[in-house]
Amino acid sequence: MPPRLRLLPLPRRREIVCQQAVELVTDYLEDALSRADRRRFEAHLAGCPHCTEYLAQMRATIELAGRVTPEDLTPQMQDEFIALYRQWRADERREG
Amino acid sequence: MQEDTDSELLVRLRAGDEQAFVILVRRHHAALLRLASGYVPNLAVAEEVVQDTWLGVLRGLDGFEGRSSVRTWLFRILVNRARTAGLRERRSIAIGDPGRAVDQSRFDAAGAWASPPERWIEDADDRLHAAKLAGRLRSAIDELPERQREVVTLRDVDGLSSEEVCSALAISESNQRVLLHRGRSRLRQVLETEFGRA
Repeated sequence: MPPRLRLLPLPRRREIVCQQAVELVTDYLEDALSRADRRRFEAHLAGCPHCTEYLAQMRATIELAGRVTPEDLTPQMQDEFIALYRQWRADERREG
Repeated sequence: MQEDTDSELLVRLRAGDEQAFVILVRRHHAALLRLASGYVPNLAVAEEVVQDTWLGVLRGLDGFEGRSSVRTWLFRILVNRARTAGLRERRSIAIGDPGRAVDQSRFDAAGAWASPPERWIEDADDRLHAAKLAGRLRSAIDELPERQREVVTLRDVDGLSSEEVCSALAISESNQRVLLHRGRSRLRQVLETEFGRA
């Protein structure tokens, strides 16, 4: 009786579909996929231009996020920080 | 002239060197302010949180044992304070949604793309356009649920490693990846919606 079960498709060996691929992108980029999953993911990409584009867009999104620039410290704020430091030193001396 | 590392500056700071403090603040202020901004309603409150963080740094100087990087330590202090301040200001935290990377409706019954990703990357090559994309991305990051925003800001904007982020936020590697995945997926979707063309 058990041999018949082998005829059923084994889920672990099945090819992945697009909807699954998009959920694996971060694990793929973070190098957190098992070797088997990585192979399946890459096999899917090789045959799917849409998911290839999707992966490229995720990479571009990350790259663009790295270009988001913060406000620099204004001279006025720097003075406030120096005042903060001096206040702390003065308190320290009084307590210590 | 080569600048001192954070650890070297900390040694100088412990010895009472005011200039070391100024260099440290200048180096990390922007990243701290940006992260703080996501928790609180306006810049003024964010600046208070950052000041409060530096005061926490000074007070905690003797307790810092160097088991994590200085930067990780700074972010950990900031996150704790910003969360408290955010609660006070907003009285509610956005909880991460269990959403999918891409809306279900865009796939057919077999799970293949029915409405494939619209193209927009090519526009990012153009400098003017890239600035527009980055600007839109910035507000999209601010609109992410809190946990996702923390992870995406630290990893992708500030460039911390996954280890540093896990340590700063006290979360596991797998949680960090889930939050990163949801956050990045959401950002990609925003860019596609605004700039994509089929």
